[in-house]
Amino acid sequence: MAQIVVIDYGMGNLRSVAKAIEHVAPDQSVVISSDINTIASAERVVFPGQGAARDCMRELEARKLTQAVLVAAKEKPFLGICMGMHILLNHSEENNGIDCLGLYEGDVRFFGKNLKNDQGEKLKIPHMGWNNVKQVIEHPLWHDIGDDSRFYFVHSYYMNPQDTELIAATSDYAIEFVSAIAKDKVFAVQFHPEKSAQDGLQLLRNFTQWDGC
Amino acid sequence: MSLAKRIIPCLDVKNGRVVKGVKFVDIRDAGDPVEVARRYDREGADEITFLDITASSDDRDTIMHVVEKVAEEVFIPLTVGGGIREVKDVRRMLNAGADKVGINTAAVFNPEFVKEASDRVGSQCIVVAIDAKKVSEDTEQDRWEIFTHGGRKSTGIDAVEWAIKMVDYGAGEILLTSMDRDGTKKGFDLDLTSTISDAVSVPVIASGGVGNLEHLADGIIKGKADAVLAASIFHFAEYSVEEAKQYMASKGIEVRL
Repeated sequence: MAQIVVIDYGMGNLRSVAKAIEHVAPDQSVVISSDINTIASAERVVFPGQGAARDCMRELEARKLTQAVLVAAKEKPFLGICMGMHILLNHSEENNGIDCLGLYEGDVRFFGKNLKNDQGEKLKIPHMGWNNVKQVIEHPLWHDIGDDSRFYFVHSYYMNPQDTELIAATSDYAIEFVSAIAKDKVFAVQFHPEKSAQDGLQLLRNFTQWDGC
Repeated sequence: MSLAKRIIPCLDVKNGRVVKGVKFVDIRDAGDPVEVARRYDREGADEITFLDITASSDDRDTIMHVVEKVAEEVFIPLTVGGGIREVKDVRRMLNAGADKVGINTAAVFNPEFVKEASDRVGSQCIVVAIDAKKVSEDTEQDRWEIFTHGGRKSTGIDAVEWAIKMVDYGAGEILLTSMDRDGTKKGFDLDLTSTISDAVSVPVIASGGVGNLEHLADGIIKGKADAVLAASIFHFAEYSVEEAKQYMASKGIEVRL
C-alpha cells in the first residue's frame, strides 16, 4: 500500500516534491498518482500545483479528481502546496475568475500592479524568492522550524480565507498575506517546501510524521 | 523583514562536466556538477543556474541527467538554460527537476515560442535570457541592443523594448547579461540593469562582469536587480556564497543567511 501519495493532475513539478519527501522519509513509500483508489488508500496526501488556477481546475475535473481531493482533505493528513493551497478556497480572481474546490470560504486575489514597499520601492510580480514566514499558531508542522524562517515563494496571487482562524502563518510583500493555513487534517502552504532547503525539508519531515491531530 | 535579494551561482556545463573558462575560451574541467551544486547549496546559494554549453544537440540528454541527479539531493530552485528551442525541451527539463528554464536565442528568432511555453507551463517557469550590448556613442543617450552568438552578432533589437515585449509574452523573470562586461570582472553594467529593471514588472537577474563582492551589492543597490548571478568568482573559490551574502548584508541588503 502506498503510504504517501502526491496527487498528479498534470500540473507542476511533482518529481521534486516526491524526491524531497523520499529524502526525509526514506522508509516510507512515495507514489505520484492520479488514481482515485490509490489516493483513497493513501495514509497521507500531498496536493501540489503550479500554473494557472483555470488549468488546475480543468485538469482536476478532467481526471475526475475533485471529489477524491476533498475526501482526502477530510480523512487524512493533507498537505497543499502553492496552487494546491489556492484552489481549496471557493474562488480565484485568476483568469478572469475561476470557481475552485470550495473546501473553505474565501477567495484568491492578485497582488496588483505597481506594488510598492514602505520605502516606495517598486516590488516585482511574481513574488519570487525567499521570504520570512511568521508562524501565528503552534502546529506540529512547525516543529524545529524557527519563527520567521525563510521559505521559497513564487506566485502572483495570494489567498484570503474568510475564517481567520485558518491562518497558520503570514508573510509580508507590500501587504501582509496568508502564507500557510491549518485546519483539522489539512495544512497548506503558499511557499514551496520542496525548494526551501533545510527548513523546507524539516516541514516535509514533520508532515510525514504527523498524525493529523 | 521581507523578500530577500538572491545570489545565484551559475555553472557552465559541457558534456556533463562543469567547465571554467573566460568568455568560453581556455575551458578547463572543474568537476562534477552534482558536487559543485551541493557545495553551493551548503554555502547558502538561493538558486543554482546551469548553462549547457554543449555544442552538439545530440548531447542534450546529458544535461537532463545532470539536472535529475542534482534535483535528487539539492532542494533549492534550479534553472537550466542553453539549447532550449521547443516546448518539448522545456517540458523535459521541468520533468527532470528544473524549476525554471532559460530561453535565449530561440526567443530572438521565434518570440512566439516564449508565449507558447509560458502558456503551457506557466510564466513562473520561463526565464528569458537577454544578452545586451551598448550601441550608443558616449555623447548620445544610452541605448542597448540584443546580441546573439556570444555577443558577436547584433540583431538591431532595442534591449529595453525587447525586455518589455518578452514580459508581455509571458516571461516570469529576465536574466540580463551585459555582453560588454561579461568576463571582464569590471562589474555589472548598472545603467543597463536599472533601466531594464525599471521598465519591467518581473524580477531581473543581473549578470556579466562580477569581479568582487562590491559588484554584487552594486547590482542590487544601484542596478535595482532582484537577484545577482555570478560564475567565476565562486568557481575559482575567490569568495564563497556565504561571504558574498555577509558582505551584502553589511551593505544593508536583505539576504537569506
